[in-house]
Amino acid sequence: MNEGKSVIIVGVGGQGTLLASRILGNAMMNEGYDVKVSEVHGMSQRGGSVVTYVRWGKEVASPVIETGEADVVLAFEQLEAARFLPYLKLGGTMVTNTQCISPMPVVTGAAQYPRELLTEMEKLGVNLFAVDALSLAEQAGSVKAVNVVLLGAMAKQMDVEKEIWLRAVENSVPERFLELNRKAFELGYQSGY
Amino acid sequence: MKKLLLGNEAVARGLYEAGVRVVSSYPGTPSTEITEAAAKYDELFCEWAPNEKVAAEVASGAAIGGARAFCAMKHVGLNVAADPLFTMSYIGVNAGMVLAVADDPGMHSSQNEQDSRNYAKAAKLPMLEPSDSRECKEYTKLAYELSEKFDTPVMLRLCTRVAHSRSIVECEEREELPVKPYEKAPQKNVMLPAFAKEKHPMVERRLQELAAWAETSGINRVEDNGAAVSVITSGISYQYVKEAMGDQVNYLKLGMVYPLSESQIRAFAEKAETLYVVEELDDFLETYCRSLGLKVIGKERFPRCGEFSQKLVRKLLAGEELPSLSVEEKLPPRPPVMCCGCPHRGLFYALKREKVYVSGDIGCYTLGASAPLGAMDTCICMGASVSALHGYNKARGPEAEQKSVAVIGDSTFIHSGITSLIDIAYNRSNSVVIILDNSITGMTGHQQNPTTGYNIKGDPAAAVDLEALCRAVGIGRIRVVDPYDLKAVSAALKEELQAEEPSVIISRRPCALLKYVKHAAPLRVKEESCVGCKACLGVGCPAISMQNGKAAIDATQCVGCGVCTSLCAKKAIG
Repeated sequence: MNEGKSVIIVGVGGQGTLLASRILGNAMMNEGYDVKVSEVHGMSQRGGSVVTYVRWGKEVASPVIETGEADVVLAFEQLEAARFLPYLKLGGTMVTNTQCISPMPVVTGAAQYPRELLTEMEKLGVNLFAVDALSLAEQAGSVKAVNVVLLGAMAKQMDVEKEIWLRAVENSVPERFLELNRKAFELGYQSGY
Repeated sequence: MKKLLLGNEAVARGLYEAGVRVVSSYPGTPSTEITEAAAKYDELFCEWAPNEKVAAEVASGAAIGGARAFCAMKHVGLNVAADPLFTMSYIGVNAGMVLAVADDPGMHSSQNEQDSRNYAKAAKLPMLEPSDSRECKEYTKLAYELSEKFDTPVMLRLCTRVAHSRSIVECEEREELPVKPYEKAPQKNVMLPAFAKEKHPMVERRLQELAAWAETSGINRVEDNGAAVSVITSGISYQYVKEAMGDQVNYLKLGMVYPLSESQIRAFAEKAETLYVVEELDDFLETYCRSLGLKVIGKERFPRCGEFSQKLVRKLLAGEELPSLSVEEKLPPRPPVMCCGCPHRGLFYALKREKVYVSGDIGCYTLGASAPLGAMDTCICMGASVSALHGYNKARGPEAEQKSVAVIGDSTFIHSGITSLIDIAYNRSNSVVIILDNSITGMTGHQQNPTTGYNIKGDPAAAVDLEALCRAVGIGRIRVVDPYDLKAVSAALKEELQAEEPSVIISRRPCALLKYVKHAAPLRVKEESCVGCKACLGVGCPAISMQNGKAAIDATQCVGCGVCTSLCAKKAIG
C-alpha cells in the first residue's frame, strides 16, 4: 500500500465537484485505505466557491485539509485554482481546468478577473497541469462531464492504476451515462504531459 | 459491508439498525441528510414536519407510544424545539427517543454560531458527541440503549464537519423491535405541577447516575502516550488535535459531553503536567473543569469564534506553521448567488426599484441582501420577517407601512410565519407580506413541504392552500403574481403598499432547479442593438457579463427566464 494522500477539489457551485470527490473517495476505500471526504452543502453551493477534501491513508484523523497540506489541488476553474494554491504542499501538484467563470463582483464590474493566473503560478514553481476540460467534455458528449475529464487528468499524475479509477467512475454514475463518462475519463487521462 | 457514509447517513443507518420506527424532522443545514437517508429505509416511518417543535413532539409521542423515535434539526432549530425538550426531560420515554442537533461552527450556512451543548445542561439531558461517521452510527445505537435504561430522551450532537464528512462505516443488520405496550401513567406523562414536582428530583438523580455510567462504560476514552501535555477534547476537535499532535499528547476523548464524570476528569488531570481543553465554540468543558478547581488552559489560548482545524491546533499547541505559496494578485471573492432563472430574482429587483424596507427571512432568498440586488434590511430567524415587519410598522406608523414589506418563502411561512401573519391580521398593521412560493424547500437542497403536495417519499399528500389559509386568518387582500413578469410585480407592489389594510402577495413560480421545470431556449444579445448601458447587470444573473463593452449571455447557464429582456430599453436581448 502506498502512502496516503490529501486532495482538494475546488470549483464553482454546480460544476460537479461533489461527485468527483465521491468517486475518488470510493476508489481509495476499495483500495483498502482509510478514507475521509469532507463536503460542503447549503448556502455556499449556490454558485459560490465550493471546496471538498479527500484524504486517504492508513488512518485518517481530520476530514479537512489546511494550508500547506494538499498533495494535489484539482481545480475546476482558474480563479479557484489560485484561491486554493496556499493549500498546496510545497512540491505538490496543481491540476486545473483552463475555464474561467466570472464571480458576481466581476460581473457587476466591481472587480477584475485576473488574467495571468496560470503564468503566475508557473513562475512560483508550482507543478502545474492545465487542461481545457470543457472542450474535452464536449468532445466526450456533454459539458457536464467536466468533472470526470478532470479526474482523468489527475489520475495520470498519481501512482494509482488506471483500472481502479475507471472502476470507481463506473460505480458512481448511472448506467446510461457510462459510455460518456468512460470516454470523458479517457480524454482527460490522455490530455498530455 | 463497508460503506463510505456521511456522518448524517451514518446516523440514519444507526436509526435503521436500532429498530427505530418513527422519524420526524424539519430540514436544516447541516442536519438535513439524516432524515433524507432515513426515508430510504422502508422499515421507518419518516416525515418532514412543519417545524422542529412539531418534529420533537411527534418523536415524543411515538416514544411514549412504545416505538423507538427520532428527530433531527440544526442548532437554531433546537431553539424552536426547546419547549417540548425541557418537559420531555421530566417525562422520559417508554421506547427510546433521540434528538440529533447539528451545530454549524464557522457558520457555513447559518445565522448564528450557538453551542447546543448548553441545551443539554439546561434541559438536564445526556448528550453524546461522535467524531466521525463510525461513531455517528455507534453512538446513535448506544443512545437508544441509554434512553431506555435511564428513561430519558438522549441528545446527539453533530457539527458541520462530522455531519458532512464521509468516512468508513461497517453496516450491520436491523434489530426489529416490537412496539412496547402503552400503560396509562398520568404521574409519569402528565406534567401537572404536582406530578412535575415529583419528577424534578428524579431528573437530578438521573444525571448523577448517567455520570457514573459514563465513567465505567468506555464512552469516554483515555489515550495515554506518556506525554507531558494532556488534552481534554471531544467530537471533531479530537480529530483536529489527533491530526496535528498525533501521539505527542495524552487524550481524554469525551464521547458523552453531558453529564461529565468528575472522578474521570480528576484522575486524568492529576497525571497531567500541562492540561489543555480543546473545544470549538463555548468554554463548556473548561467551565466544568474549573468548577472542580482544576488548572486548565482553554479559551485564553483557543478562540470562542469560528471553526477549529489541525492548522489552528498545530499553531496554538506546537507553535508550528506549514509553508505555502500564494499568488500576488488580489483575487475577487466568489460569493454565492441566486441561480440562473431563480424566481426570486425578478421579485427582489422590483423591491430594489421600489426602494422599500424589506424585512427578510431564512432561505435562498436571503441572497437578495447581496449586491447588486441589495434588497433586504433585516434577517433574524425563521418566520421573523412577518412579525418583525409588524413591529417595525407599529413603531414607525402609516408612512412606513406604505414603504415596507416582508418576504418569506413557502416552507418558512409554514414553519413559523403563519402565527406572525395572524398577529398582523388580529392587531392590524397595514403590512404587506410577500410569500415567495417556489414549490419546494430550496436552500437545504429541495425537500418537500406541506405546500408542495408531496411527502418525503415523493408520494402525493395534502397541500396547504396558501390563499385560503391567508384568508382564513383574516387577511382580506390576497393576490398572486409571476415573479418573471416584472411589470405585474411592480404594479401589485404599488397597489398593495397603498392599500389601507393588510395584504399578502404570493409570488409564485417553481424553483428553476426542479427537474420538472422546463427551461426556455437560452437568450442572446443582439450585439448591433446593445449600447453597453449595463442595465441588465442590475439583476445579478450569473449568466450575464460584459464582453468588449457589450452584454453577453452564457448559453450554457441561461435558462431563458426573460427577466433581463424586460430591462433592456434597446430590446437587444431576445
